[in-house]
Amino acid sequence: MNPLYSRIVATGGYLPERVMHNAELEQMVDTSDAWIFERTGIRSRHIAAENEKTVDMAEQAAHQALQDAGLAAEDLDLIIVATTTPDQVFPSTACLLQARLGNRGAPAFDVQAVCTGFIYALATADQFMRSGAVKNALVVGVESMSRIVDWSDRSTCILFGDGAGAVVLRADAQPGIISTHLHADGAYAELLQVPEGREQLTMQGNAVFRMAVRTLGDIVQETLSKNDLEPEDIDWLVPHQANIRIIQATADKLQLPMDRVVTTVEHHGNTSAASVPLALNDAARRGCFKTDQKILLEAFGGGFTWGSALVRWS
Amino acid sequence: MENVAERVKKVVVEQLGVNEDEVTNEASFVDDLGADSLDTVELVMALEEEFDCEIPDEEAEKIATVQQAIDYVTAHMPAKDA
Repeated sequence: MNPLYSRIVATGGYLPERVMHNAELEQMVDTSDAWIFERTGIRSRHIAAENEKTVDMAEQAAHQALQDAGLAAEDLDLIIVATTTPDQVFPSTACLLQARLGNRGAPAFDVQAVCTGFIYALATADQFMRSGAVKNALVVGVESMSRIVDWSDRSTCILFGDGAGAVVLRADAQPGIISTHLHADGAYAELLQVPEGREQLTMQGNAVFRMAVRTLGDIVQETLSKNDLEPEDIDWLVPHQANIRIIQATADKLQLPMDRVVTTVEHHGNTSAASVPLALNDAARRGCFKTDQKILLEAFGGGFTWGSALVRWS
Repeated sequence: MENVAERVKKVVVEQLGVNEDEVTNEASFVDDLGADSLDTVELVMALEEEFDCEIPDEEAEKIATVQQAIDYVTAHMPAKDA
């Protein structure tokens, strides 16, 4: 039997209409545009409207990716949604999305790995494809972070935004997704969490920053060594968009100049599971990626969870 | 080979983008060298890399001046580098 791989054949993205600039946050908490920008690289973020649900954003991004792929919803035989902020405890956002799209019968489920969610979902879909069970998969990362942010906490409310990103995967004899790497360590749960019985997130910023820089350096190295690659073999880095200084530290480890690093954090903020597919979509639509280029996706998030995917663009 | 103090100062110069002559032993990273909270985190990580050691968070928080960094590294350096 020919080896099967998954290939990213289309991308989609959606950002809510409402843009919240740092100036608006200056009115809400004791902060300043300069303070936020220096420490995070963020100027603005999108915030979902009051009646705009997680599934609404997922649907927009999914439609765009399906259209881009030239696929109808009924062609999908797998739907995975990565989200930390579902509209309901159940059904899963993936099932709600499936109904919106008009697909019936394909397996649909959510994956929860916070900011690493999209990488986890992509790796999961890739395994289904490699097993030969699935031909066309939809993978969505979507978050309404504004719903779980404490808007009176100046150390965290400046960081997050809402949005959705999606990819369509198709089974192929050629990769595609070359390799995926997933990790977690629950011993660090309390450094970044929505504490039990609470509805808003808390974060120990400096400790998370340190772990993120260290762990992302390690995962990048692991991805390279597993594939016998050198840093210069990577054409593009598409990192999780949490903080420009974490992104820069990872780029430094790869000795990759910042013009080979896709950054959307300035205008998106940290959209958690949506950040990597939104950045991928942004760069793909700007025509950054050329056929056969190697793209490294990576993310780090609550759990802690972290992971990467090495992708050959086609 | 450079001594510990010289190596620490070199890391500080590179990490904070300051002039060598500003990096006196007494200089405070935040008050004298203009570091913000993330700069100090990055500085500690750079020191860990330079001296091949691990500085726990609670210890890292106590390192606020060039001299404190030199003292910490001197006390905790792996024997082979000493």
